[in-house]
Amino acid sequence: MTNLRTLTLAEMRDGLKAKKFSSAELATAHLDAIEKINPEMNAFITITRDKALEMAKASDQKIAKGEARAIEGVPIGVKDLFCTKDVLTTAASHILDGFKPPYESSITQKLWDAGGVMLGKLNLDEFAMGSANITSYYGTVKSPWKKDGKALVPGGSSGGSAAAVAADLCPMALGTDTGGSIRQPAAFCGIVGIKPTYGRCSRFGIVAFASSLDQAGPITRNVRDAAISLNIMCGHDAKDSTSVKMDVPDFEKLLSGNIKGLKVGIPKEYRPDGINPEIAAMWDHGIKLMKDAGAEIIDISLPHTGYALATYYVIAPAECSSNLARYDGVRFGLRVMPEGGGLTDMYEATRAAGFGHEVKRRIMIGTYVLSAGYYDAYYKKAQRVRWLIANDFTEAFKKVDVILTPTAPSAAFGFDYKPSNPVEMYLNDVFTVPTSLAGLPGISIPGGLSKDGLPLGLQLIGKAFDEAAVLNAAFALEQAIGFNAKAMEKAA
Amino acid sequence: MTITAQDVTKIARLARIRVSDEEKEHYAKEISGILQWIEQLQEVKTDGVPQMVSVADIRLPWRADQVTEGGQQEAVVKNAPGSDYGCFVVPKVIE
Repeated sequence: MTNLRTLTLAEMRDGLKAKKFSSAELATAHLDAIEKINPEMNAFITITRDKALEMAKASDQKIAKGEARAIEGVPIGVKDLFCTKDVLTTAASHILDGFKPPYESSITQKLWDAGGVMLGKLNLDEFAMGSANITSYYGTVKSPWKKDGKALVPGGSSGGSAAAVAADLCPMALGTDTGGSIRQPAAFCGIVGIKPTYGRCSRFGIVAFASSLDQAGPITRNVRDAAISLNIMCGHDAKDSTSVKMDVPDFEKLLSGNIKGLKVGIPKEYRPDGINPEIAAMWDHGIKLMKDAGAEIIDISLPHTGYALATYYVIAPAECSSNLARYDGVRFGLRVMPEGGGLTDMYEATRAAGFGHEVKRRIMIGTYVLSAGYYDAYYKKAQRVRWLIANDFTEAFKKVDVILTPTAPSAAFGFDYKPSNPVEMYLNDVFTVPTSLAGLPGISIPGGLSKDGLPLGLQLIGKAFDEAAVLNAAFALEQAIGFNAKAMEKAA
Repeated sequence: MTITAQDVTKIARLARIRVSDEEKEHYAKEISGILQWIEQLQEVKTDGVPQMVSVADIRLPWRADQVTEGGQQEAVVKNAPGSDYGCFVVPKVIE
């Protein structure tokens, strides 16, 4: 019998409908592997075995009755930033101890309504703040990839999601992307991750980090599976006032693989002096393959790219300081009450104990840039530069259909990597943050392997709400690259 | 911009996060470094450039001022560390 876990989401969907295997078998195969691999990998914070088996059983009944929905019976992992009704939701933070939401996020609800089966909740950087999944209260996640036998980070913040998909613990996992949190871990783990246009997917029920940037998206092992997942996730939701009322095309149907005449922009600012030569070579290879497939390669300029990270590190902390004000020890999660203290003492002690170092620093930076006397110099300035960055893309997209860049400036690194200051870690998102600030769709696909045998990612960026073009270009490039390397540490 | 331990005390107070003296020194160094790096934004000419508040080009929707999902007192306080009679319990605020 074939290993059910190595099937793609599309193959699982089709195999289930053809009754080649049952949803219960599929769920059990995944759950058994998770229970075996997770103690070492730590990709899952919560494994929902009973719920998964119950949902799988219901799916098998639907299939038997010929009532199968879009992804009936397919097992799915959920980043633990999505609220799931009556299932522990942590955001990988101590401050949400014991929080079981009384409601379901709109995106997870859409997946269950399409027949998805929940395997569990996946680890992440605390409140999605990080690029290596090393800030989680529930411990670091190990990538299934290794370098000379040494453990590597999976990237972040959707590190558990990326590691689980790369290790065949689920064919699709939900992620969220604020500055690169879907695309960068997908690149580090040799898989596919897409952040749709801001407004495409409802943010209702996603624990908020930076509300003007946060977007949900799928992490999968190939582009077709990303298209299938996105078809289910996108669409207007009255519960999110920034969710856009716009028709969602059938992304899977639009995967023709034909990119003849497609105009592909290559931004010169993404090739700074001192760029990692392996990244540059992988990018050049991608450019050549797109050209060979009939695309027209056009050099473009996005002049404010160099200011994107600094802009992001004003805007994101500012929004986070406001969003995270709700964790006060009153309504949910942790409460620390100092002896004889008052309300303010309780707030301060709860937040001191509940938040990790990275989160506290970001809250304090956000508080500072929003405080009287500094608001204009930092926050207003950053909002203006953000407009310039978005405008660079608007101008570029008058000339091109998609933009091709690397996803991350390096391959995954080990746990011994200690940046000398926080900014060094922030540089991981240098290629993904501009897209986030502009709210545009971006996908990362595996572009090749480094000399150490580690995956490197290529990013395709599209016009607002043109996920279809991004996915089709990625589909064509995926076929041309023919990436088939698998992570080394795979349990049979 | 250099942030002192004293500044951190003020910021931490505004953010309602208790920090120890030792942490204050550490945060002062880290936050100063980040703010100095952010200073680069001052090089960018932004005269007449609009502030970008959101990328979503939509007007916030209106709806009738009606109860949609009311009557959920139990669910609302279910996760509270302290609750009584359907209310959140907090330390005494008014003397």
